[in-house]
Amino acid sequence: MLADIRLVAAKDLRIEWRSRVTLSQVVPFALLVLVLFGFALDANRPVLDAATSGLYWVTVLFVGVMSVQRATAIETTDGARRALLLAGVEPAAVFLGKAVAVALQLLFVEVVLVGGVIVLFDASIESLPLLTATCLVASVGIAAAGTLLGALVAGVRARETVLPILLLPVLAPVLIGATRAFDDALGTVAVDGWAWLGLLAGFGAINTVLGALAYGVLLEET
Amino acid sequence: MTHVGYLLVGWGTTFAVGLVYTATLLRRGRRLTARVPADRRRWMTAEDT
Amino acid sequence: MQEINHTGSRTTRLLGAAVIVGLVALVLLGWFVAPEDDDQQDAVRMIFVHVPSAIWTYIAFVTTAIGSVMWLVRRSVWWDTVAAAAAEIGVLFCGLTLFTGSVWGRPTWNTYWDWGDVRLVTTLILFLMMIGYLSVRSLGGPESATATRAAIVGVMAAAILPIVNRSVEWWENNTLHQKSSLTDGNLEDMTLFTLVVGLIVWGLFFWWAILHRFRIAWLEREIRSSDLDRALVERRAEGEPGASPLEERV
Repeated sequence: MLADIRLVAAKDLRIEWRSRVTLSQVVPFALLVLVLFGFALDANRPVLDAATSGLYWVTVLFVGVMSVQRATAIETTDGARRALLLAGVEPAAVFLGKAVAVALQLLFVEVVLVGGVIVLFDASIESLPLLTATCLVASVGIAAAGTLLGALVAGVRARETVLPILLLPVLAPVLIGATRAFDDALGTVAVDGWAWLGLLAGFGAINTVLGALAYGVLLEET
Repeated sequence: MTHVGYLLVGWGTTFAVGLVYTATLLRRGRRLTARVPADRRRWMTAEDT
Repeated sequence: MQEINHTGSRTTRLLGAAVIVGLVALVLLGWFVAPEDDDQQDAVRMIFVHVPSAIWTYIAFVTTAIGSVMWLVRRSVWWDTVAAAAAEIGVLFCGLTLFTGSVWGRPTWNTYWDWGDVRLVTTLILFLMMIGYLSVRSLGGPESATATRAAIVGVMAAAILPIVNRSVEWWENNTLHQKSSLTDGNLEDMTLFTLVVGLIVWGLFFWWAILHRFRIAWLEREIRSSDLDRALVERRAEGEPGASPLEERV
């Protein structure tokens, strides 16, 4: 099982690495969104300071939608899904492997974005452990929910438009939780960030279990 | 009576939406029934028509 | 037997009549009999449409969640159809809940929308998720695939809702929302009675609508399968020499 997960994750990451889409498109897109937020808020320091964590996570959600769309496209091209199923890899392992790949890409973008908000929005890190933990746990949640819903709309003609409609409301708790935890980690608002981390972990756990259970049904029937 | 405007908007919208949905359901039902042969409209029993 | 050309039945006609009578009673009770509130004055009369909508929204979505599970576990077409029907009516009620809530909130809380209110924001997110459910329903493709997709969305929405609720609750630790109108026991007798009438009328309408919606879905299924049957017969006919309309033309 673990070997299969690693196999699938490595496969996705290798494809991603060879196509350079994350590096050449997703990362610039994410930074672009930060710049746009800067313009939208009129480079108003106090407002930017107060809104940094929220803007950061909205950007991550957009990136999440993009990454999931990429990961789904890999699977639907050339009937790769069917091939994976025929190869005898357990569906749950496929799901977890793909989710791990998406989570790792998200983490990469998140690290770049932290640099972005430090430079552009003048954010300062008060608690690095909390910041790191938030990124890790939130990425797992986004990747799990995204991979499941991505597989759900795979093979449907309107999938590019349906995916955000499905995914973004589901990710609302991640946006709220991760923003609050970041508020603590960046020292903008005095809240207990670690408590929020528990909520994010709960979200990640529910979606991981749900995805692992449902992925097989989806692979077989859609 | 206070807040009559708000109340009218709230109640009015609720009733209007309900009415439109009701009409839509009935119209869809009629249109679809016409396209299905009588012996296959299975939810209906002889006495319950 | 007379020709039937609608999705009505004796049950739905009785229900429909009861809904109409109930609505008339609700308007009379709600607007003229129930007393005004000490704080909210007459704005309190909004709860007679708001609270029933809200409660039946949640009942509808619970029905959808149950139906989704039953489809996934038992492959029950009946439950799948019920889930779809309940979701559509639920979205309708949910929209009305949010709308009447904001219209009521304006004079009472002095704002249409309050981000700090847990139930309000949770309901909005639920609304958005269920719109996603309906859009998955309308994606097309094989019926069982659509049912499975929608069922997973339904289960997911139900599984995440407690987390959504908790997150909104922690997010702004204050709430304007009055405690549940039914349980806090502060309502005048007549207000409570009217509210119960509202709940019953909404319930009857829900029942009426779900029956009709179920039958529509059932008919759509029949049409699809009879189209398939006809197509099969035609294809078979093509195989027989001389029987094909195409060959006749040649």
